[in-house]
Amino acid sequence: MITPRRKERLIALVVLATALFTPPLLLVADRAGGSPSWLPAYLFVAWALVIGLMAWLMEGGRGE
Amino acid sequence: MRDELTVLTIAFGYLALLFVIAAWGDRRAEQGRSLIGSPTVYALSIAVYCTAWTFYGSVGRAAQTGPSFLLIYLGPTLAMLLAPFVIRKMVRIATAQRITSIADFISARYGKSAGLGALVALIALLGITPYIALQLKAITLSYAMLVDYPQEAARRLDEASFLADKSFWVALVLAVFIILFGTRHLDASERHEGMVAAIAFESLVKLAAFLAVGIFTVFVLYQGPADLFARAAATPALEQALSLAAVPGGSLGWVGMLVLAFLAFLTLPRQFQVLVVENVDERHIQRAAWLFPLYLLVINLFVIPIALAGLLGDAGSDPDSFVLTLPLAAGGEGLPVLVFIGGLSAATGMMIVETIALSTMVSNQLVMPLLLRSKRLPQSSRGALAGWVLGIRRVAIFGILLLGYSYHALIGDAYSLVTIGLVSFAAAAQFAPALLIGMYWRGANRLGAGLGMSAGFLVWAWTLLIPGFAQSGWLDAGFLSQGPFGLGWLRPYALFGLEGWDIYTHSLLWSLTANVGLLVGVSLFARQSPLEQTQAALFTEALHPRLDQASLWQGQTLRGDLRALLDRYLGAAATARVFADSGAEDDDQSAPPALVARAEQALAGALGNASARVLIGSVVRGEALDLEAILSILDTTSETLEMNRRLEQKSRELERIGRELRDANERLRELDRLKDEFVAMVSHELRTPLTSIRAFAEILRDNRELPDDKREHFLDVVVRESQRLSRLIEEILDLARLESGRLTLHPQRLDLADLTRHSLEAIQQPQEERGVSLEVAIEVEAAPVIGDPDRLEQVIINLLDNAGKFAADEAPRVRLQLARHKRGFRLAVEDNGPGIAESERERVFEKFHQIQREDDGTVRGRPRGSGLGLPISRGIVAHLGGRLWVEAAPILGGACLVMELPEAPEESPRTTPAPAVPAGE
Repeated sequence: MITPRRKERLIALVVLATALFTPPLLLVADRAGGSPSWLPAYLFVAWALVIGLMAWLMEGGRGE
Repeated sequence: MRDELTVLTIAFGYLALLFVIAAWGDRRAEQGRSLIGSPTVYALSIAVYCTAWTFYGSVGRAAQTGPSFLLIYLGPTLAMLLAPFVIRKMVRIATAQRITSIADFISARYGKSAGLGALVALIALLGITPYIALQLKAITLSYAMLVDYPQEAARRLDEASFLADKSFWVALVLAVFIILFGTRHLDASERHEGMVAAIAFESLVKLAAFLAVGIFTVFVLYQGPADLFARAAATPALEQALSLAAVPGGSLGWVGMLVLAFLAFLTLPRQFQVLVVENVDERHIQRAAWLFPLYLLVINLFVIPIALAGLLGDAGSDPDSFVLTLPLAAGGEGLPVLVFIGGLSAATGMMIVETIALSTMVSNQLVMPLLLRSKRLPQSSRGALAGWVLGIRRVAIFGILLLGYSYHALIGDAYSLVTIGLVSFAAAAQFAPALLIGMYWRGANRLGAGLGMSAGFLVWAWTLLIPGFAQSGWLDAGFLSQGPFGLGWLRPYALFGLEGWDIYTHSLLWSLTANVGLLVGVSLFARQSPLEQTQAALFTEALHPRLDQASLWQGQTLRGDLRALLDRYLGAAATARVFADSGAEDDDQSAPPALVARAEQALAGALGNASARVLIGSVVRGEALDLEAILSILDTTSETLEMNRRLEQKSRELERIGRELRDANERLRELDRLKDEFVAMVSHELRTPLTSIRAFAEILRDNRELPDDKREHFLDVVVRESQRLSRLIEEILDLARLESGRLTLHPQRLDLADLTRHSLEAIQQPQEERGVSLEVAIEVEAAPVIGDPDRLEQVIINLLDNAGKFAADEAPRVRLQLARHKRGFRLAVEDNGPGIAESERERVFEKFHQIQREDDGTVRGRPRGSGLGLPISRGIVAHLGGRLWVEAAPILGGACLVMELPEAPEESPRTTPAPAVPAGE
């Protein structure tokens, strides 16, 4: 089910998601200003990105 | 549309629909056409994670603490990213060990410990009951809101008897539902297909309802999201509402909550139930790994718009009910009812799964072990115990729902929705160390797990549960600010003086520190029992290929004893299934290890691993599972894998060598064929002149009266043919020497121009006799090369001779050119004959090639060659470091043979003849 390359990509994705969802990256989005804050928008975009990558990895990368 | 009767009809109608769907799902499962055998249904069933807490509480949380509500969903997203590793392993273990619940899982990991299982079950019961109460509270509140609006949810719980409380009746209906669809099989590790189908359906309903109210808010109450956010931006009070500043505890609180949600997602009993126990197919995890996070994202999309709209408008003071009050305030009729149904589906879905999970734990981890120990069970009747177990489970279902209802009725008013939910999360998170560390560290042991979990639970109770009681007025709240008995460092919200944290992160930090610390610390020193070591190895190596448990069994028992045991506890049908594959042997024979393993698994599926172990232990003599055996199997398996890898490498190597050998053999055959051809050709070539010599000699012998001129002509022929024969033999010998490397050359420095002139003189006469006109263009003063003059001359003459032979019949012309080319000299001999086709150009250097050409009818009236001249020439030239090839003649248009030799190095002061070297290498 998990080929080595996919395993590495998966781990990289988990690291990416963790980085996106936690400070200090989070603080950058929080300090970007705006009223109301851009933070939720940032979170939703990052979230969608992670889900998209995961879907690609799980459904598309099967050939490898 | 909002009168009590209509709402009640719709609500209970909805519950009736759940019964229909579940019954349909079970029917399909019996027919073997499972409804839930799809990854999408699996992902939807995981969405039982979104309870009434999500449905109503997210908006409340967003309104009060900004984006922190998202953490409850980002945590599970991270967990699902790890699903291909973690959850797959859990599913693999659960399938192999017939795990029935998270309590069973942890108990099985730590040596099938009954005590640990009971501890997990107790913590779950205490920690999760408030969560069930929360769902009931949501139903009661939303019902009251729907019916009484615009009266502000005035009806307090204590003002109405429980008989008038609709959530009491909902709880009762759910109890019936769960008993019907959750306790159909005795084997709790089997799937509840109908129930899962109903849960997946509920997930769709709550999603649709929430999206409906979201779209209504954004596009009907406001002119799209831009309008809504513009108005929010214009409200100063909302300036910081969505930034990190609104999150309790700031950055630290953010991370703490993320970790909490991550751990709770894996350890909440209902999540474990749908993720692991109800998993039909391991491959479904792949789809769910992104589809479930996507579900979470979609259901949260409108939370912030609804919260902002609620804060901006006059939707009432309680943010937890914005979802309902917004459409109500707008005067909607149908939408509020849909929202109520959505909330109802979220609440009931959670209660159904949670109650099944908890009731299984209560029966298998709390009640059965006690009953087994007390020996109060009826001894005789066949299969009667199966009824007992199911009965216990059914009573437990009623008990758990009643407990939830009591909690809701007694204490529920004090907490907001989110608060109760997070308290439960923190309780469930106490299972995480024992669960996760146990899956990856073989050394984690029972004592450590038990102590760690107990300590974590106590810290949780002290820092979250008891302060909650105090805040709802049950206890004097004084100890919150001063600490118990004035001990300031024991204050629940500031343990050891750690102040300024939000209460959940604070509780999580201390409870997990105690939990993990004890688990690891004690495990490093305490000893594991053999069974525990075996189980630890089986869990940590669960993804190891070819780990076949059946071969690990060593205990001894009679088939009859085993049959009697199963008969008592599982009934005749289940017993027959277990014995089905083992043939109809005599009950007095000893049971094979695989059969013992199957029997224990069957018992484990029904009663839990701990009880199954006790029961099997009562009939099996000797240690059933052997650590040495399993370790050696693991080792041999890895050794075998390594061996396989090496073998594969070897076989690939052998294959390559075989291929090379085949090629070499092919080449040898080809050479052998060529040799045969060569011998045939040589004999043919030798026979031709020999035949004519012999013929003419016989004529001369037999006809003594021949006229003189004729005799002379015949003798001439004999002499010419003899010369040809000896030349041929000379050439064959040359060739043989050349090919065997015995041709001796005497390389020395010489002038190729001189040598060419010399050769031309030698050939001029015969060429003129043939009428060939020879053109010479020596374009260099001197052409110093290294070569054997005799051999080189032989080559040049051969080239000129050949050119003469192949020049045009009418006005034959041959042209010789000697010129410098780069760092060497080129001698080109061309003719005006038909030339040589591109494809033939290399073949002229094959032995006897030319003869064949002449044989096929293009014979001209000129002396024939042996067909060995060119191969020999090429051999000589190659040995002198040069090249010989054919190309199209640039001037005369026929063939052009080009010989190229490298220039000799600068002449040394004294020319010494180079030593003779053999040709060929």
